[in-house]
Amino acid sequence: MAVSTHAPVADKRLLPPSKSLIGLIRPDTSTGLVDWLTTVDHKKIGIMYGGFALFFFLLGGIEALLIRLQLMYPGGTVVSAQTYNQLFTMHGTTMVFLAVMPLNAAFFNFVMPLQIGARDVAFPRLNALGLWAFVAGALILNLSWLFQWAQVFGWFTPVSGQMDIVPAIGWFGYAPITGKNYSGIGTDFWIFGLQVLGVASLVGSFNFITTIINMRAPGMTMMRLPLFTWMTLITSFLIIFAFPAITIALVELMFDRFFGTNFYHVEMGGQPILWQHLFWIFGHPEVYILILPTMGIVSEILPTFARKPLFGYPMVVFSGAVIGFLGFAVWSHHMFTTGLGVVATAAFSLLTMAIAVPTGVKILNWIGTLWGGHIRFSVPMVFALGFIWMFMMGGFSGIMHSAAPADAQQQDSYFVVAHFHYVLIGGALLAILGGLYFWVPKIFGRMMSEKVGYIAASAIIIGFNVAFFPMHYLGLTGMPRRTHTYLAGFGWETWNFVATIGAFVLGIGVLMVIIDLIRTVASGKPCGSDPWDARTLEWSLPSPVPAYNFAHNPVIPGRDAWWLHKYGKKPEQEIEYEKTGPEGIHMPSQSWWPLVSSVGLLVVGVAMALHSAGVPYCGYVAIGGLGLSVVSFFLWALEGPGGYHLTPPDDGDEPQKVLASYTPEPSQKLELTH
Amino acid sequence: MNSDISSAATVDALHHEEHSSTGIENKKLMMWLFLASDCMFFGTLITTHLIYRKLYPSGAAEEGILNIKNTFNIELTSFSTFILLMSSFLMALAVSAMHKGQLQSFRKNVLGVIFFGLIFLGCQVYEFTEFSMGNPTAGIPPLTLSNSIFGSTFYLMTGTHGTHVAIGVLWLVAMFFYSFSGRMNIHSAIDVEVAGLYWHFVDIVWIVIFTAVYLIEYI
Repeated sequence: MAVSTHAPVADKRLLPPSKSLIGLIRPDTSTGLVDWLTTVDHKKIGIMYGGFALFFFLLGGIEALLIRLQLMYPGGTVVSAQTYNQLFTMHGTTMVFLAVMPLNAAFFNFVMPLQIGARDVAFPRLNALGLWAFVAGALILNLSWLFQWAQVFGWFTPVSGQMDIVPAIGWFGYAPITGKNYSGIGTDFWIFGLQVLGVASLVGSFNFITTIINMRAPGMTMMRLPLFTWMTLITSFLIIFAFPAITIALVELMFDRFFGTNFYHVEMGGQPILWQHLFWIFGHPEVYILILPTMGIVSEILPTFARKPLFGYPMVVFSGAVIGFLGFAVWSHHMFTTGLGVVATAAFSLLTMAIAVPTGVKILNWIGTLWGGHIRFSVPMVFALGFIWMFMMGGFSGIMHSAAPADAQQQDSYFVVAHFHYVLIGGALLAILGGLYFWVPKIFGRMMSEKVGYIAASAIIIGFNVAFFPMHYLGLTGMPRRTHTYLAGFGWETWNFVATIGAFVLGIGVLMVIIDLIRTVASGKPCGSDPWDARTLEWSLPSPVPAYNFAHNPVIPGRDAWWLHKYGKKPEQEIEYEKTGPEGIHMPSQSWWPLVSSVGLLVVGVAMALHSAGVPYCGYVAIGGLGLSVVSFFLWALEGPGGYHLTPPDDGDEPQKVLASYTPEPSQKLELTH
Repeated sequence: MNSDISSAATVDALHHEEHSSTGIENKKLMMWLFLASDCMFFGTLITTHLIYRKLYPSGAAEEGILNIKNTFNIELTSFSTFILLMSSFLMALAVSAMHKGQLQSFRKNVLGVIFFGLIFLGCQVYEFTEFSMGNPTAGIPPLTLSNSIFGSTFYLMTGTHGTHVAIGVLWLVAMFFYSFSGRMNIHSAIDVEVAGLYWHFVDIVWIVIFTAVYLIEYI
């Protein structure tokens, strides 16, 4: 794999590989496993995010297909009721936290710094922590399957007896079913898995916001940011304000299970409704955390393939911000049937309907972008057009839910399942796959197969509709969610059978994409740096992108800078470059500590769940894991940012319009030294 | 090999060459973002407490389990609140000293902050111990993590705050010892400032908790 390396051009004389205060030497390789484990390069981190997320996406997909197999016929016996509960819990949790969020994060990592003209994110090691903590959290959740198999073989017996070892509480984990008396150690795996995933999302978001606000290239004003970067910014704000609510809810639950508190203990006065409020204060912004980045992806793909600027750029940005803001004010529409009272129900109903306005504005703007454009139906464009259509259909059923009386009928039925799969598969997933086809040529310098792409896109869009459209009907005729089977004679047989067939077509389509992706990475057809004739700054760089991103810092002439550079009529529309000085480009040093501290978090999570299962000494192991994390954070701080300098090769790979007369302004901090 | 002369001074000079789009240092911006997020953490905890407080006027589902006003020792808590506020004053002095490059003055002030932080933590440990044991002779029932809903919300919230203070103390202790390594210079002022932001924030949160959890019981 032709991934960029920094060794051949590195001039490390200025800054020898730094030793930390206590004499530890930092890893300094540019190839091999150690490089991938210790990398702080946002591009490699993005690739790994994508790889892990696709793996868990396949896992979640297999769980979904097992669910569909079970429901194919009435009275299905493919899996037991208990396994079915575990499957839908793990499917939901996996798809939300281990597939769509990290796939979005993969694009944030890879694309966003390139789009703003930065050489890396603000805190490269923290970025690596985001990746490895995500992997640790994902492992905590999914290791529960291994322990369940160990129990089947008789190698492992929790004191809680036959209760679930794999989470079986739904992705929403409503109290009081998460209590110690009603669920097994699966709930503990779930609590610790989500906590660690929360750490990953939070540190990632702090980093992205700082990067976007502070590390833009000269001339890249906020209203010149590419739409995807804007949506990254808004999503990151949503994450830092939404995740604390579920973190505290999970801490309270953890204390209930481990230390005997009463937050959700009904017999001691705890109120299960508190969990619902806290969960959905997080949970509703979470759906925008999933969908806003994908709206950003679509807003990049459509102008590229319509060869027109995005219609109404400020309105699209502003609508994204309004959606994010309103997203915090609608959580109770998930709880209309809990008896909130007339005023609260009416208010949340109204606010929910209000969200349709900025969403509609966005769709109008996308259609406006297409209007009169020279449209090319490349594979990313097919996915993006599918997104607009399918997401709108999900939006329509969403508006139906916002009317509380109608929602009371639809609550907990397959109608709701149809709705959120339309926004999450028809919306988020289609856009992510579009983004994959769009950016893979930039990431790996190779083209994915167009032919396979068209077939896969057709299979995915058709299979998806065959699988999920009938669920509207199933829901309205009363089929409840989360039941492991149903009886014949309710008129649900046909559509359940059809849905299962559709799900498998969808699965085949997804599998085709992933197989073609692997083939492309290994032996795809090399492509130039700008195969789509695209608009934003990342396409001005060679593919694959060198470790330092920009050999010379670009000065941004306007919105859609690369397009202006290529087709602008005036000389001031060209991108100029600040020549890199003789000291070269500052590069961050690699580090072990993000990985090691994440291993500590993994140990804490698994050990606490096993402690709950009654395995001896696990409490001490958990304390040891926490200690490992704390010690790594100290060593992390002691090794400092480090870094070395390299001189970029002037081989004409990039546009060499160097601003010769440019002299960097001495920053204030330098003057302070005197 | 010019690594000797190019060590600390050059590293710092090169790092500080990178200026940000807004003029705010990355570290400071990141700390503000963390504090914004932390507001939501404490907001959730305090809200949980206040909701249950309103729901159960006696602090528990059953009447007569608790006697909160008598359990609280408002004189002691007022004292520790005052100490924590004063520690913020010393923290500001430490940041100011570091901006002027006065390492000695920084060390003295930071030691003061650590000392005051430890007094606060000591008071909290004493308070938790006293509360959880109660005083049977004086007719004050114990308040524990699991005997009432008030105990659960109170200990989790004040405990989370105490953990924040403890992390701050650890951070400042590490900085104090680091100041003897010779690697700390005027460029480290930003690191001290960021630690200061954290410390002041934890202080402000305590003012909210002291008002909304302690003082409110005496209305």
